[in-house]
Amino acid sequence: MKSPATPATPGKPRLTTSAMIASIASEGQRTKAAPFGHALVELARTRPDIIGMTADLGKYTDLHIFSKAFPDRFHQMGMAEQLLFGAASGLAAEGFTPFATTYAVFASRRAYDFIHQTIAEEDRNVKIVCALPGLTSGYGPSHQAAEDLALFRAMPNMTVIDPCDALEIEQAVPVIAAHQGPVYMRLLRGQVPLVLDEYNYKFELGKAKMIREGRDVLVISSGLLTMRALEAAKELAADKVDVAVLHVPTIKPLDTKTIIDACRVAGRLVVVAENHTIIGGLGEAVATCLMRARVHPAFEHIGLPDEFLSAGALPTLHDRYGISTMAIAAQIKGWL
Amino acid sequence: MAELHAVIPNKTLKDRAYHIRRNALRMGEVQGQGYIAQALDISDVLAVAFFDAMNYQPENPEWEGRDRFLLSNGHYAIALYAALIEAAIIPESELESYGSDDSRLPMSGMASYTPGMEMSGGSLGLGLSIAVGRCLGLKRKKSDARVFTLFSDGELDEGSVWEAIMSAGHNKLDNLVAIVDINNQQADGPSTQVMGFEPLVDKMQAFGWFTQRVDGNDIEAVRAAFAKAKTHKELKPRMIIADTLMGKGVPFLEAREKNHFLRVEAHEWQLALAALDAGRAK
Repeated sequence: MKSPATPATPGKPRLTTSAMIASIASEGQRTKAAPFGHALVELARTRPDIIGMTADLGKYTDLHIFSKAFPDRFHQMGMAEQLLFGAASGLAAEGFTPFATTYAVFASRRAYDFIHQTIAEEDRNVKIVCALPGLTSGYGPSHQAAEDLALFRAMPNMTVIDPCDALEIEQAVPVIAAHQGPVYMRLLRGQVPLVLDEYNYKFELGKAKMIREGRDVLVISSGLLTMRALEAAKELAADKVDVAVLHVPTIKPLDTKTIIDACRVAGRLVVVAENHTIIGGLGEAVATCLMRARVHPAFEHIGLPDEFLSAGALPTLHDRYGISTMAIAAQIKGWL
Repeated sequence: MAELHAVIPNKTLKDRAYHIRRNALRMGEVQGQGYIAQALDISDVLAVAFFDAMNYQPENPEWEGRDRFLLSNGHYAIALYAALIEAAIIPESELESYGSDDSRLPMSGMASYTPGMEMSGGSLGLGLSIAVGRCLGLKRKKSDARVFTLFSDGELDEGSVWEAIMSAGHNKLDNLVAIVDINNQQADGPSTQVMGFEPLVDKMQAFGWFTQRVDGNDIEAVRAAFAKAKTHKELKPRMIIADTLMGKGVPFLEAREKNHFLRVEAHEWQLALAALDAGRAK
């Protein structure tokens, strides 16, 4: 069942569906352009094994920055995602480190078996970097990868990364390149918000980081939702609600120790917030690790519903599905 | 670059094909069933590939200068193991373990299990895409090594195969030799009835491939096709379309109608080996 369409609020302009790759930056937010593309160029200067590959989405995954800087180290594979990942496996088998880009829907849904067999099962050193993760496009289910984390979490050998902002993407690029083995990384592209530099943050593979301390609520989040959780925490502070935010950029392998330790602190409502369907993502991963550790805090989950999401303007959709800053703050207040 | 097959004299390509068939039948006997008919049909092609066309070092299967052989149709593993045993890459004694627990020779070929198995096939339609990446990589390394990949006529149904066919032509991968086994049998029946793929030569030429079609059980014709694939000057990927006969070399298996996955009675394995020997003596 679809959620009922939200009636236009009187006095609020009816937004139109934005471009497929609408910016997720809120008005006035600091941003950085194409952090993935620039970081990859920087790294490739000292790593001749790095190759860029895409399936006709170089421009829309910021890989065009790389292809301009290193035209002879770039392969345009055409609009053929199965070929893209099979060929990436072949290049990795010959000792190269391919960064293969497309949209998250095409890697996770169309090319899943190719990634499973030629990259994960063969344990090839391919870095899969995908734009439009979760709900970051208003184009409807064709471009909304609500289930990408569930699919890649379920794949043996695969490391899964959901970075929050431009700073984290820049930091993650050399780290995943240094890691031997397949990696799936969600990508925010274009003008990407810059948030974590205010928190003295450093990305480490497999590490969750407490970005903000708080006594009343612990939000455990990844990707875009960490950015939103930090904004919601500021909103809630005005209502004297003290919110901690634990950022979990590595979805797999999960930093269970840090998560469990944070959830052992008594008296905090635990809320997992993710830009992903409530099935099979960070929320269920956290719940499972807490159950296994016999840690049973009050637990809530913010994520996308188990339904085909609507087309529309992203701010409208983020409000509708409860992952905008105000919607997150309102839900948390309702649970206290 | 000593290749072992070059230092064992007096074995003809026909001898090699005979031993490959024999190894395959002995492995089939371990399981009592399997993709025996395919192994028998492709043995002549494998004999030429491993004992005439390809460079490799049996004692060092990962030698950087080797020609790569990618088995896309993983269920043909029984045939490739038979060739790898004949090539002394796998010891003959392991043949008895085929398809058994903890064996290095699983029924469907996987890269991590077996020396000389360059990819994990079985999910059909993967090999040619991997081969494109391998060829691009070898060209980047300025290597003279070539990539051979074997797939089946049934795999032509897979869209990904055509993605890779377009890409290999587009990228002018003259270091790629693709071999299609046209035995006209796939799981649900004759391949041409399941999904028509002819005229295949015309199609491949239109996609920019240097294409040869040969009787895949005529060793001299196969040898000539591999040789021409090597010396041909055009910057095009090479395709050898090999028309083969399921069960080749064992007349009573050739005659079976349903032979995609053969069940062979216990007493028939010795009959099959005897038939093979009888054919060889002719």
